[in-house]
Order: sequence, then structure tokens, then C-alpha cells
Amino acid sequence: MSKLSLAVEVAGLRLRSPLMNAAGVLGMSPPILKRVYDSGAGAVVTKSVGPVPRTGHPNPTLVRTSCGALNAMGLPNPGAEYFADEIKDLKEMGVPVVASFFGGTVEEFAQVAGTLSDAGADALELNASCPNVQEELGMLAADAGNVEKVTAAVRDETSLPLFVKLSPNVTDIKEIAEAAERGGADAITAVNTLKGIAIDIDFRRPVLANITGGLSGPAVKPVALRCVWEVVEAVEVPVIGCGGVTTWRDAVEYLLAGASALELGTAVMTHGFEVYGQVNEGIHRYLEDNGFNSVKEVIGLAHQTGEQQSSKADRCSVGV
Amino acid sequence: MHIKQENSRAVKLIDVVSECRDVSSLLFRDDETRAAEPGQYLMVWLPGVDEVPMSVSALDVDGMSRITVREVGEATVKLSELSPGDRIGLRGPFGKGYRLQGDTPLLVAGGSGAASLMPLVEKMLRRETTPTLILGARSADMLLFAERLEEQLGENLIVTTDDGSRGYSGYASGYAAKLIEGDGFDMVYTCGPELMMAKVYQSAREHGLPIQASLERYVKCAVGLCGNCAIGPYRVCKDGPVFDTDMLDVVRDEFGVSRMDASGRTVRVEH
Repeated sequence: MSKLSLAVEVAGLRLRSPLMNAAGVLGMSPPILKRVYDSGAGAVVTKSVGPVPRTGHPNPTLVRTSCGALNAMGLPNPGAEYFADEIKDLKEMGVPVVASFFGGTVEEFAQVAGTLSDAGADALELNASCPNVQEELGMLAADAGNVEKVTAAVRDETSLPLFVKLSPNVTDIKEIAEAAERGGADAITAVNTLKGIAIDIDFRRPVLANITGGLSGPAVKPVALRCVWEVVEAVEVPVIGCGGVTTWRDAVEYLLAGASALELGTAVMTHGFEVYGQVNEGIHRYLEDNGFNSVKEVIGLAHQTGEQQSSKADRCSVGV
Repeated sequence: MHIKQENSRAVKLIDVVSECRDVSSLLFRDDETRAAEPGQYLMVWLPGVDEVPMSVSALDVDGMSRITVREVGEATVKLSELSPGDRIGLRGPFGKGYRLQGDTPLLVAGGSGAASLMPLVEKMLRRETTPTLILGARSADMLLFAERLEEQLGENLIVTTDDGSRGYSGYASGYAAKLIEGDGFDMVYTCGPELMMAKVYQSAREHGLPIQASLERYVKCAVGLCGNCAIGPYRVCKDGPVFDTDMLDVVRDEFGVSRMDASGRTVRVEH
């Protein structure tokens, strides 16, 4: 075994592996998030938490697609104050916690961020992009001005590393990422699910109770990877890649595109908890086989020309 | 074997039969369900109403599969009001079912829990093991599959009712405790109200008997993704619904005590 470490640093947060779970995946309770961590993740991301409890949408809430899943859970969560205790439980278990959160107003975003910070989270991820609650809450990430305003309000409430998670369902994600950066984001998570629909041909109606849902899994990878590519070129802060990472090859593609860390979700459906260990091993092998000493050395390499890459001295990360 | 089905499929109901008070069975033909393991479940979709997890109560009897529904909420009431010819949507079968272990099994069924155990009984009988089964209910008119089980098991069927209206008067878990104390059994299976199962688990553990219990939680995705059905580090939808002794040991502080509601808050298990 070589000394090579998979450790990365994202916005001041040190992680033993660049992998996390995507928000909303297995994030309902501390013991199951502990299992994600024990499976090889560097940190865990909680379910998105809001100011008050929500039961989420009725079933059906998930449809499998030929290369992924379409879901409309509807942000079920027990509310920030209740969830604060669960964050404390996770911290007692020694698990680094990224608390995902949302609000219906600027004030709510700020208030929830404060509660989760006080609870001892290691970082916050502002969910600006759930596609499944637009009628109630609107989709924040569709408007650069609002993203900047909300990010700035949250920034005032917390000194923790602040990730802002963006949507691919926008015309120009670069513009939104720049707005988040101006508002004080320490990192951009790109991206949330793509809005989609599934129709049952026997009952001749949409399957999901919410009618539309968010598409995730291998089907979205090229789109999400393109979003990461564009955001990396647009902002200085690090980017966390999310969308269809299932194998170590996917993970390496994201790193080369400039992602400093990765969130895996739907892969758990097809590969189980073991996917975190499998992807870790694959990244490790790739680094070793190609003569790299750390994850950091490959981050963003695909943005450089062949000549730049051939000079080892130039192996630096973009956007870190 | 468990065949992966990408999307919900519609099946036509061949028959709807009343089993006992508040309980009916829906019969249909479906190759995936026929191939299910005892203890696996289906996600049953009634468009416009809900999609709910249901145990398979017969895999293949005369070419038909069956789910058995107790009227406890809007979806189950509407399911039991369906007629032959109506259609329901199915996903699955999902989850881990019962594993056959031991030579002298004791099965403990409470209320509608007999539904999940029926395919196990039938599998055991095919393998020439006649299990002992305690069938418990609040009163005689709520005993599920009593006649059928009597035919299959003869004197190996023990009936208990809380009000004493048939069989032994008292709880199924109490009767199970007495049997477990004896030396007659090397394996326990249970499905029913969680408080009953928790007592059966405690009895089995006290006497060093392995146990498998079928748990129920709020299942949404059914594919192990959302975490809404978590108990301890396990997902009932994927790691369960059947939990073995080791898994139950891990969740013993929650089993029979607390569960997550739809919003993720911990609430008491009431029955």
C-alpha cells in the first residue's frame, strides 16, 4: 500500500476522501449517515432541512428510468431545531457533517443556517435548487439576484464553509454561480437533479404524485459534468461535482473537469453502500498508475492543454 | 429469483375476497410476484390515491398471486373496495425475505402479520417441514387465514385471541414465550404488531433462539435511496423487511419503541 492519500480540502473543510452522499440520499437519520461514512465517504450530507417539519409529497415518489431515477420526495424533514440534535449525534459519532438546508424566504434561509451552525455542523450546503417544491417555494437557483441575496444573508449568519447547490435547469449556470460567489459562497455544488416526468401508459397519467420529479443517475452525468466544467471556468471558489457518479471513471472525469469533491446518490440504488469504497479504490489506483501523489494534482487538469499537463510543475488545480 | 422491474406495471384483479373483519385479499396474475421470495413485498399503486408497501400473501396458488389488505388508512380502504377487473400498479417484489433455517420452526403471527408468513408456511410444507404457528388476533372474527392454516397445519396451529373468543385467551406473544421456554424449537419467525414482535424477540433472545422478524416502516422509494424507512443503520425497504437476530440486536433500542414519521421525527411505536 502506498502512502498516497485521498484526502482533499474543500473550502477549508478537510476530508479523508473526496466522496460524500448527495443531499436527500439516506440523510434522514444519524445511524444511516454513519453507515455512509463507514462505507468510505469523507463527509456526509444531511437531508435538506427547513424551518418547520414537512412530510414531503405522497407516494409514488420514485420512478426508475432506464439509466437513473426520477424522484419527487418533496423535502421531507423534521425542521431545523429538531434536526440540530441529530447533527450533535453525528458529531458525537465522529462523522463530519455537511448540513443541507432550505427556506421559503431570505429570512428563513438565514435563520435555518444559524440553527444548523449552532448545532455543530462542519459545513452548510444551501439548497437553492430542489425541483420538486417550485409551486410552494419557487426555485431560488433560477434567479441570479435572489441567489446572491440569499447567499449573502446566510453568509452573515455563519462562519462555516458555505456550499451553494445549483440547478441544471437554468439557461446559464455560470451567471448563477457567479452570483453565489459574490454573495459569499465558499464552494459551489453542481448540480441538483434535472426536472423530468414519467407517464404510465396503462393508467395514462403521470406516475409521480407530484407529476414532475428530478432525474438523477448515469443519465444526467454528461449534463452535470458540463455544468461543473462551466462553473469551474466561471468562479474562483472550489466546485463540488454531483450527478450520476457511479464508477471511479466517472469520479476521475469530474476531478479532471475541476471538481474538488464529489457527491454520490443514485449509485447507492444500483451499487449499495459499497459504491463509496469502490470509487475510492478506483481513484486511488488511477492516481497511483498515473504517477500522481494526491487528488489535488488531477483537479481541473482537463482544462489545461497537453503541453501544460506534460510539465509536472504545472500540475496545479483550477479553482482551488 | 428477484427480477428487476424498471417501472410500475398494471395488473388486472381476478378476484377480491373478504378474509375476516376489515381484511380482504386481492388476487391477480403476475410473473414477477410468482417468483418472489416469501417475506418480500410489493409497492402497490392506486393511481390518484397512494402507493403503499404490501406483503405478498400468496406467491402462486392456482397460478394466482395475492396481497392481503387490512383497512387502516385511505389507500387500504380504497384497495379493499376494488372489484374484479379493476387494475392496480405494482413495483417489485422488493427487499430481503425470510431465510429457511432450522428443523423445528415456530412462527408467531399477530393480526394481519399472517399475510407475510403464509408463503413461508407453504414453502416449509413443500420441503416437508410442518411448522408450529401461533395465530393471534384481538378476537375470533379477526383471525386471518385461520381455516386455511388449520387445513395445512392441523394441530400445529395454535389460535390465541385477546378476548378469549376463540382458542387460548391472551396474547400471541405470551403463548410464544411459553413455547420458546421449552426445548421444542430451533428457529422463530414473526410478523405482526411491532410490540408483539419485540416481545417475541426478547423471549427468543433470552433462550438463545435465532429469530427473523418482518418489520414495517414508512417506505417511499423502496430501492434503498431515500432513507425514510430507516431503523438504526438499516433500510427496511432494502436491508429488510425481514430482520435476523444480528440486525435486531443492532436496532434493539428502537425496535418496539420508536420509529420515524414521514417528516423524519422520532415517534413512539404505539402497537
